[in-house]
Amino acid sequence: MGSALWYFSRATGLVSLVLFTAVVVLGALGAGRFERRGWSRLTTATLHRNLALTSLVFLAAHITSAVLDSYVQLRWVDVLIPFVSAYHAFWVGLGAVAIDLLLAIVVTSLLRTRIPARAWRAVHWLAYLCWPVALVHGIGMAEADANRGWIFTLDLLCVIAVAVAVVTRVMSTHPDTEARKLSTPKEATR
Amino acid sequence: MTGHRLTVDPIGCRAHGLCAEALPEAIGLDEWGYPVLANGPVPPGLVAEARRAAAACPALALRLRKVH
Amino acid sequence: MTTVFTPMARTLPSHRLDLATHERTHGISPLAAFSGAEGRRRFVAEVGAADLRGRGGAGFPTARKLAAVQGRRAVVVANGCEGDPLSHKDNTLLTLAPHLVLDGVQLAAQAVAATEAVLCVHRGSTAIASVLAALAERRDPVPVRVAEIPPRYVASEESALVNYLTTGDARPTGKEPRPAERGVGGRPTLVDNVDTLAQLALVARAGADAYRRSRTDLVTVSGAVRSPGVVEVQAGLPIADLLVRAGGAAEPVQAVLVGGYGGTWLPWAATGTHLGAVPGIASVHVLPVSACGLDFTTKMLAQLAGESARQCGPCMFGLPAIAGDFAALLQGDADAVARLDRRLPLVTGRGTCAHPDGAVRLGAAALAVFRDDVTSHIRHRRCLTRARRAA
Repeated sequence: MGSALWYFSRATGLVSLVLFTAVVVLGALGAGRFERRGWSRLTTATLHRNLALTSLVFLAAHITSAVLDSYVQLRWVDVLIPFVSAYHAFWVGLGAVAIDLLLAIVVTSLLRTRIPARAWRAVHWLAYLCWPVALVHGIGMAEADANRGWIFTLDLLCVIAVAVAVVTRVMSTHPDTEARKLSTPKEATR
Repeated sequence: MTGHRLTVDPIGCRAHGLCAEALPEAIGLDEWGYPVLANGPVPPGLVAEARRAAAACPALALRLRKVH
Repeated sequence: MTTVFTPMARTLPSHRLDLATHERTHGISPLAAFSGAEGRRRFVAEVGAADLRGRGGAGFPTARKLAAVQGRRAVVVANGCEGDPLSHKDNTLLTLAPHLVLDGVQLAAQAVAATEAVLCVHRGSTAIASVLAALAERRDPVPVRVAEIPPRYVASEESALVNYLTTGDARPTGKEPRPAERGVGGRPTLVDNVDTLAQLALVARAGADAYRRSRTDLVTVSGAVRSPGVVEVQAGLPIADLLVRAGGAAEPVQAVLVGGYGGTWLPWAATGTHLGAVPGIASVHVLPVSACGLDFTTKMLAQLAGESARQCGPCMFGLPAIAGDFAALLQGDADAVARLDRRLPLVTGRGTCAHPDGAVRLGAAALAVFRDDVTSHIRHRRCLTRARRAA
């Protein structure tokens, strides 16, 4: 029973990673104003949001099964406080770091119309930190895994997907952004 | 008389245009991609869509406010 | 720029007044008479009874502005920037009668219980020396410092001024939060034009009734007049008479631009109206028959487009587009008018400050007043100016 839950946790962890990879890709594409005929920016934004909520469900399953199973010793506190677990303190700890960052992102996003725009944006940028931390957490946890070959291949595909999306985002330009660059520069306050 | 009004923060708006797609009945785009809002309060039947449009704005420039 | 001296001049002297001469001419400032909570209320009531309005272009009732500033450690900002190239009255006032302005600053500071005052002028302004010399002579209860503002057109807008003094960023921030509630450094702030503050000093001395009976306005007259400069005239004077006070027209007049770069064109026939009826700053620019109003407007619109703070889409794209349409119109582009008819109403009111509104007002007025020139440029690809010069 214990190891069945453990395998379930592994599986939902991988699915979560793939889903969140898609969320990050969609987020970067949206910021880069990606759109094609039949695929509007609203489509990207809606899919980004819905997929994020879906990913949370799989993430919750991943965490719950990992804590509940008796194969390894994991307490609920180990989920939120990084690096205090008895089992693989560092790799599990990275997962906790990713969870903490994700919590901040999710809470601010649920409240985004009620908090200052700058605050929401600053926290949302943490996604670019959260995702690689989660990825490395997965790589570290798979070290001893018999199937780590497949897992690392999957990880590599996720990295390529995010890299392409980020490059697209960085290289995108828009008249609004270009025009604002000409705005009067700020001077030092006296 | 309570109603809802949509406003755009002109400084925050980055011409993403999601608002006009989410609420074409009340929001159009000028030739440069910036929103042009219909005059007056939001019709009661469109308030839910208006809220979604405001939530969709990546720049959080579109706001739905309750007015009295 | 010469100052036209009139025998009735109350605000503008013919030459600069130092403190002693200022007090001999106007009397000591009645600051003490309006001290204390009761005195402050009386002062605001007096200003209200005098029906004093802001002289920076917006014309907002000054008493209401004074009453709105409540709270501790308030700040008074005296706006002497005068960014419009067609206006020089504030600069002249600060150069010739700085003590009148500074009296007003102290009265306003007392009325809002301010602990600090800032007098703002553009970097390189010729009035700075006069202001500093005047401050050196005085022993004011509320300290006044001079701040030099970047020489950008929108930097003298109320929220831009507050923004610059707080963060060093000279761009407008919009109407909210109001400076009266959260202004410089988050403190309650009163922002008033220096001309308005000078009027406060006059209201305090003369009382509301006497002030209303003998109120004068400072107007900058430029263009095709014999003595361009700042004139002081009784309130409500028709524009045509303003020209007389500036030495009269130097050539036959085609139209006048009232309100500065963001103002309105009026045909010569309409100059029986008085300045207060037209929105904008107190300036009149005279366009002679021998000049092309469209050409002049096109140059102004190009400058206004360049002075956009580039914070709001409709302004940073709309103004260059409108300026481009006018330039195309001059070259005979027939579609330019249709583009303008579409763009002008689309740009106005959609920025965070009134900068695009002024440009639209100017362009729309030009199209209306210089209708014949528009037709001539498009249909005959010819400017009417040459024909008028020959006539």
